[in-house]
Amino acid sequence: MNNKKVSVLAKQHRAGWIYLMPATLLLAVMSFWPMVNAFLMSLKTGSSANMQWNNPIINNYLRMQQDKLFIRSIGNTFLYLIIQVPIMLVVAMLLAQLLNNKDLRFKGLFRTCVFLPCATSLVSYSLIFKSMFATNGLINALLVNIGILKEPMNFLGVPSTAKVVIILALLWRWTGYNMVFFLAGLQGIDYGVYEAAKIDGASSWQIFWDITVPLLMPTIVMTGIMSINGTLQLFDESVNLTNGGPANSTITMSHYIYNASFGTGTKNFGYAAAMSFVIFIMVAVLSAISMKAGDKRD
Amino acid sequence: MTEKKNVSAIQRRLIPSYIFLVIVSFISVFPFFWMITASTNNTVDIARGKIWFGNELAVNFANLTAQQDLWGSLRNSFVYATGQTIVALLICSLAGYGFELYHDGAKDKLFSVLLLAMMVPQVATMIPLFTMISKMGLLNTLWGFMLPVISTPFLIMMFRQNSRSFPVDIMEAARIDGLPEFQIFYKIYMPVMKATYAAAAVITFMNAWNAYMWPKVVLIDPKAQTMPMLIANLANGYAVDYGMLMLGVLFCSIPTMIVFFILQKQFAEGITGAVKG
Repeated sequence: MNNKKVSVLAKQHRAGWIYLMPATLLLAVMSFWPMVNAFLMSLKTGSSANMQWNNPIINNYLRMQQDKLFIRSIGNTFLYLIIQVPIMLVVAMLLAQLLNNKDLRFKGLFRTCVFLPCATSLVSYSLIFKSMFATNGLINALLVNIGILKEPMNFLGVPSTAKVVIILALLWRWTGYNMVFFLAGLQGIDYGVYEAAKIDGASSWQIFWDITVPLLMPTIVMTGIMSINGTLQLFDESVNLTNGGPANSTITMSHYIYNASFGTGTKNFGYAAAMSFVIFIMVAVLSAISMKAGDKRD
Repeated sequence: MTEKKNVSAIQRRLIPSYIFLVIVSFISVFPFFWMITASTNNTVDIARGKIWFGNELAVNFANLTAQQDLWGSLRNSFVYATGQTIVALLICSLAGYGFELYHDGAKDKLFSVLLLAMMVPQVATMIPLFTMISKMGLLNTLWGFMLPVISTPFLIMMFRQNSRSFPVDIMEAARIDGLPEFQIFYKIYMPVMKATYAAAAVITFMNAWNAYMWPKVVLIDPKAQTMPMLIANLANGYAVDYGMLMLGVLFCSIPTMIVFFILQKQFAEGITGAVKG
């Protein structure tokens, strides 16, 4: 009897391993092994079939310190990160706070509208923004008609305005996305907490800072890290909105690496792999923090 | 009477909120509206700042289909996105089920290791994966498109977290009734977890439909290209035909917008799915 029970348990136990095998193997072959491979590649030079070990072995890593374009791509990526992410998270939190008011009417309609940009692909919205901000696009037509501009301006042809357009586009696409997280977080807060604070005479500003923000902290951390992750890997927007231009002034890290490995110029898989490994380190450091915040089970 | 007064007082205090929300809603919706109207105008009208519907839709459509294989790309995108959704859901739900309902120390450790894959940026594995997929002869195929993305830590985590609310007693009852172990998964687990499957399906379909970097690497043959690749090509000329371009963007967006409007709740759950609980 006892024996039989043990064997049934063992059978269940084995079944458990069978269930998670396909996913585990796929991740090993499609994520972990390529990562090891990318590291080995980063110590070599050349592309596809004819790759040789570098001499010195860390040559690619030395080279990128002299690579002005790579440094610029890091600078651009961090510029987008530092300006866009804080604005986006504050606006997203504010929107969630407004939409969580139980007296507000048309809540569903507002939520759908603000969330709508998430229905577009990254390529689609990049192209919509590119068209709207083109020299012969809508924004120029409006500004000239109103009289703010004398003649159309090439927003995407000037480094500073091109960066502004990218940041505006990112804000448009991702604010509603993050709002959903804050809304979910806010709905988890017991309404009684607010009532109690109101009875104690707290102003709505005090309630927001002293009650809402601390209770939302896990959500803030998580959306922050997700946004940082996403921004560090920015690609579609850089390719489709500005194509990295003018003269590579808006190019992102992923875009530059793509160009170095699959672009039109000389391909160097080894160097591209080395640069991508640097992104990996950046992402890894930040993801490690996110995981601590995200999975509270252990 | 007093209650009515109260209500209007409350609504009056909300006026700044309404104004702000209306402005943000307008900004969010306007580019969509403009995309739709622009697809019915020609480039000259668009440059003039026309924001209402025109009657160039047929011309734009003729230009679009003459330049690009619209139906082929739509079909490719549908096949790839549907294929990826079905296979990814199957593999990841199976894993989430195994990790949560058969969990022990070793499996929990393995799960933490798998989570590390979340840190791996797409661009870092792109080159080794390209080499691997091309050696396997899978360039320009559905399998080449989806193999790297059918097992994702995000989906596994989502199913694992949501399985916590799964009633374990049913499993025991089924075992006592003599249901073979594997049948518990598809006869009991899958139907009970419908809501999670729906949310996971929506988010996976959207991601697959919208994917750009990896498809650009692995789908080299123009015949294999997807909708995002098609519209990116439309914008690559010196003189871009904006009416035609916006019509292409509209075609690329229609399926995801339909999914969005019908399954908005599932979409929102899919985004936040792995995090709650």
